[in-house]
Amino acid sequence: MNWIPPDITLPWLSVACGLPALGAVVLALLPRERDLLVKQTAVAFAGLTLVLSLIIAVQYDPSGGMQFVEEYAWIPTFGIHFALGLDGIGLVLFLLTAVITPIVMLASWYEPDNVSAARGVLSSEAPRRGVKTFFALVLLLEALALGVFAATDVFLFYLLFEATLIPMYFLIGGYGGPRRSYAAVKFLIYSLVGGLIMLAAVIGLYAVSAAQNDDPSMLLSSLTGLDIDPTVQKWLFVGFFVAFAIKAPMWPVHTWLPDAAREATPGTAVLLVAILDKIGTFGMIRFCLQIFPDASRWATPLIIVLAVISVLYGAICAIGQRDIKRLIAYTSISHFGVIVLGIFALTNLSAAGATLYMVNHGLATAALFLVAGYFILRRNSAQIGDFGGVDKVAPVGSGIFLFAVLSGLALPGLAPFVSEFMALAGTFQRYRVAAVIATVSIILAALYMLILYQRTMTGPTATSVANMPDLRPREIVAVVPLIVLILGLGLFPKPALDVISPAVDSTLQQVGVSDPEPSHPVTAPSESE
Amino acid sequence: MTSLTTAQAVTSTAVVAHDQAAAVHPATGVFSSLWLIVALPALSAALILVTGRLNRRWAHLLGCAAPIASFVLAALMFAEQLGRAPEERAISQQLFSFIDVPGYHVTASLLLDQLSMCFVLLITGVGSIIHVYSIGYMAHDERRPRFFGYLNLFVAAMLLLVLADDYLILFIGWEGVGLASYLLIGFWQHKHSAATAAKKAFVVNRVGDLGLSIAIMLMIATFGTSAFSGVFGGVAEAGTGIATALGLLLLLGACGKSAQFPLQTWLLDAMEGPTPVSALIHAATMVTAGVYLVTRSNAIYDTAPAAQTAVVAVGTITLLMGAIIGCAKDDIKKALAGSTMSQIGYMMLAAGLGPVGYAFAIFHLLTHGFFKADLFLGAGSVMHGMNDEVDMRRYGGLGRYLPITYVTFAVGYLAIIGIPPFAGFFSKDKIIEAAFGYNVWIGLCALIGAGITAFYMSRMMAMTFLGRKRWAENAHPHESPPVMTVPLILLAALSVVGGVGLTYVAGGIVGWLEPVVGERHVELPAGLSVPLLTGLTLVVVLLGVLAAVFFVARRDVPVTAPARVSPVTTLARREFYADTFNEVVLMRPGEKFTQGLVSFDNRGIDGVVNGLAAFVGGLSGYVRRVQTGFVRSYALVMFAGAALVVVAMAMVRFS
Repeated sequence: MNWIPPDITLPWLSVACGLPALGAVVLALLPRERDLLVKQTAVAFAGLTLVLSLIIAVQYDPSGGMQFVEEYAWIPTFGIHFALGLDGIGLVLFLLTAVITPIVMLASWYEPDNVSAARGVLSSEAPRRGVKTFFALVLLLEALALGVFAATDVFLFYLLFEATLIPMYFLIGGYGGPRRSYAAVKFLIYSLVGGLIMLAAVIGLYAVSAAQNDDPSMLLSSLTGLDIDPTVQKWLFVGFFVAFAIKAPMWPVHTWLPDAAREATPGTAVLLVAILDKIGTFGMIRFCLQIFPDASRWATPLIIVLAVISVLYGAICAIGQRDIKRLIAYTSISHFGVIVLGIFALTNLSAAGATLYMVNHGLATAALFLVAGYFILRRNSAQIGDFGGVDKVAPVGSGIFLFAVLSGLALPGLAPFVSEFMALAGTFQRYRVAAVIATVSIILAALYMLILYQRTMTGPTATSVANMPDLRPREIVAVVPLIVLILGLGLFPKPALDVISPAVDSTLQQVGVSDPEPSHPVTAPSESE
Repeated sequence: MTSLTTAQAVTSTAVVAHDQAAAVHPATGVFSSLWLIVALPALSAALILVTGRLNRRWAHLLGCAAPIASFVLAALMFAEQLGRAPEERAISQQLFSFIDVPGYHVTASLLLDQLSMCFVLLITGVGSIIHVYSIGYMAHDERRPRFFGYLNLFVAAMLLLVLADDYLILFIGWEGVGLASYLLIGFWQHKHSAATAAKKAFVVNRVGDLGLSIAIMLMIATFGTSAFSGVFGGVAEAGTGIATALGLLLLLGACGKSAQFPLQTWLLDAMEGPTPVSALIHAATMVTAGVYLVTRSNAIYDTAPAAQTAVVAVGTITLLMGAIIGCAKDDIKKALAGSTMSQIGYMMLAAGLGPVGYAFAIFHLLTHGFFKADLFLGAGSVMHGMNDEVDMRRYGGLGRYLPITYVTFAVGYLAIIGIPPFAGFFSKDKIIEAAFGYNVWIGLCALIGAGITAFYMSRMMAMTFLGRKRWAENAHPHESPPVMTVPLILLAALSVVGGVGLTYVAGGIVGWLEPVVGERHVELPAGLSVPLLTGLTLVVVLLGVLAAVFFVARRDVPVTAPARVSPVTTLARREFYADTFNEVVLMRPGEKFTQGLVSFDNRGIDGVVNGLAAFVGGLSGYVRRVQTGFVRSYALVMFAGAALVVVAMAMVRFS
């Protein structure tokens, strides 16, 4: 851009990742009682990070390739680098993280406050950790997540991937509902198991690299195109994939998510589902496909089956939930199934759709969790049965909740639709039966979303919600950006796709697959513009 | 011989499609504001819905102004189209690139050809009239602004549906109208019944949408595009198999939206919505979208005779089913809803006949839009005067008290049963003729349907406006204010002149649509002729009327519905047990399965994992006891892990 002198090359990514980390440190130094100052400082750092990310985005050249590359030798003996860079896939998730974090802060303004006063339910639990810690952990998590999406060294990626567990563990275990400790430990055990398996694979990958080169390197660029023995490649692929499948999460290693989402505060649930879980699907497309192309093709049939099961299983379980946050968690399992399906169908349409869906799902789930969270805080319950007829007393909140519900069921015109449809249609190009079965989920989605809306918002107003206040301006302001983005990307998805598509294309070329040709292609209708 | 015929058919379709693609003209002059037709109601909806409580004074005015402005624009464009040669009438306006990835491109653009023009005029014209009526009908509802916001949203989505020139864009409008329908059926959502009906409508429609979605996927996999021009241009070459699959999938979509068998169950419940909604969405426009879809996809159906047969079958079954249901319902709106199903069945039947029938399907769709809107708004006017009573058994003798409603309703009645020269006579007779030309049995079904229509509509007239007063004690029927009666008069006028006008003015609708859907004359089987069929139809209609006079008008109508009735009546009252079937076969097993899966998920999978954890940890309590310590030592684990890595790497490196 013109307004940035071309001769100044900032290490943009390091700065953007470092800023929230710095923020966490600053928060730690602030006095404990100054809650408001803590919150304002946290939002300021997150906002500044967002601005920086936007500057990065406008400088990004959509024609593709790794950009803003930084590489510093870190442990030269093992070829480990502190290496960052963004391609289109990384960029959109990087942006998603930067957008979601300040929104979560704003929406969670009072969540960490008044531990026992607002929530009698916590009586038997240890008191929550303070406001300061909450916002510091969120900032730390943001820094690590940004780093994960930008890491181009496998070892660095692994470290950051594991490190995200720490703030998330404390966010769930320190600020959640009554069974938060159980949920936090379950989350940790699942993640650690995945992490250990991945660690083994990382070591294995290093061994392979070391065996082939005198100068081994853990850089993604050096590992890409490595000629790995087929059997070894399969094992290494499985190591990475299992870790990512737990993270995503896919059936049958998904059960930690509903518990974690239920016990976490809504803001934490957003960070978990909208951002952290995306690391799983991001890892699949970035590392599994790129480093192990042969094994990826080998494993595809099984993964397609697991993904289709996830899609339907998550959707059906969502229909039967009684807890709002558990319900949303199961819808996410279903949607992650679609994303994985799109990734491993290995067509430009499906993988670009899946990548876009990572972003759109993040936005839609954030809206759902946050607005639901507003009501849950008011009612002091997340049970669907404890609500009823809220629309009458809180029309604004109910209207925004309806918007979130509709984006959750991928209504055409809203962002999730385009991406979900592309993922499914792209899958259809190669695996017709799988695509058709997965598409049945659009009916189930209508069921679980509209049942949720009907039982909470419509009908006669329940006495327990009769005095429920409508949304406050702060709460509305927090979700307005989500609404704008969901509508904007729903009607004009092209800007996002223009960034994603070249990156997906080059990934698929590395896997060595080309799109199935249409059986009866027609010459493209006269191009517009 | 057969293959030769097929080949010929294939070639001719390809030529038609080619002509279509070639004949699109850029949007210049008055057409350059084509996008505004959609944008105006969309912006108005957004403005009304976002401004919340600040708009009480002007929401209804803006809400009416938007569709009226769109109508004026459309009328100007229609005049311009009329002045052009037929092959220069199709206009395309490119807006922006929607999706652009390797292998799939979608451009958001609008196509205003003769077919979409019919719909645009219907939607904005009848739509505007119903908007004005709603000012009066909803006057006492404190949420009237929101009502107008939703109505505008509907109009915008419906216009997008009919103006899209790519199936994916059409799908956005398609689900947009579904959303508006959901919101408006559930407008009085504080009632459980309304909220449930709304959800049912949306979910059943999603079943249809599944068909439409997969159809679009198949288009992409087959042609690499979902644009009309590409699909229609390539379908003949792709062959009957693909065309049949596409035809059946699209039909599934059409069945959902148009409440055709077997996805018809939501429409009667949808009468929970305010009556203007029933008139606009669930009678005149949205529910006819399925007919639009089939007609628009004529290039596909013309290549797929099996799919056409399915369309005819669906239409025929539904036209009889709807009519029979209409006979047994005492709720005036539900009786009209059964009638709507039935009339759309006629349109479907016609659309399934191919180029012989497309134009008649659209013809009937337009006249039905006039007279059914008239009838529904008339019913609304009656309800307005009768404390929202919908049970016709509590009406009777209302003709004297609601004279304008009575006369306009009577006009709609004469139009729907097909008395010349009212609108329905022209359009329905054409369909019956075409049905006989296709197959005598189908023709007979259509003919019998006309008789049943005459019966249930006469029954409705008699029970509502004639006979003894059976009112509730607090009923004080009164005529509606002019803001409601003027729309009624307008629609009644359209119901009178619509048939003649569309048949004769400016070459008639058949000639108008010919460039889009092709034309072929009906060939009647030996022994039948058009005058004979017309006469026959009138006789059957007369029989239906007489039956109603004999069984309803000349008897005393009981205030409560008799419980001991024939099995046929019970069948019709229960809507052929479709809901029961769905409940027993789908809903209850589905609920069981869901519960089973949820408990499996809670105990099964989790149980295995917890058990494993317990096994690994030695004791399940152990996990709990050590959790804090466990986490505190996590940093240590991290360091240990990192150290392990370094050691492992070192071993690899230096071994």
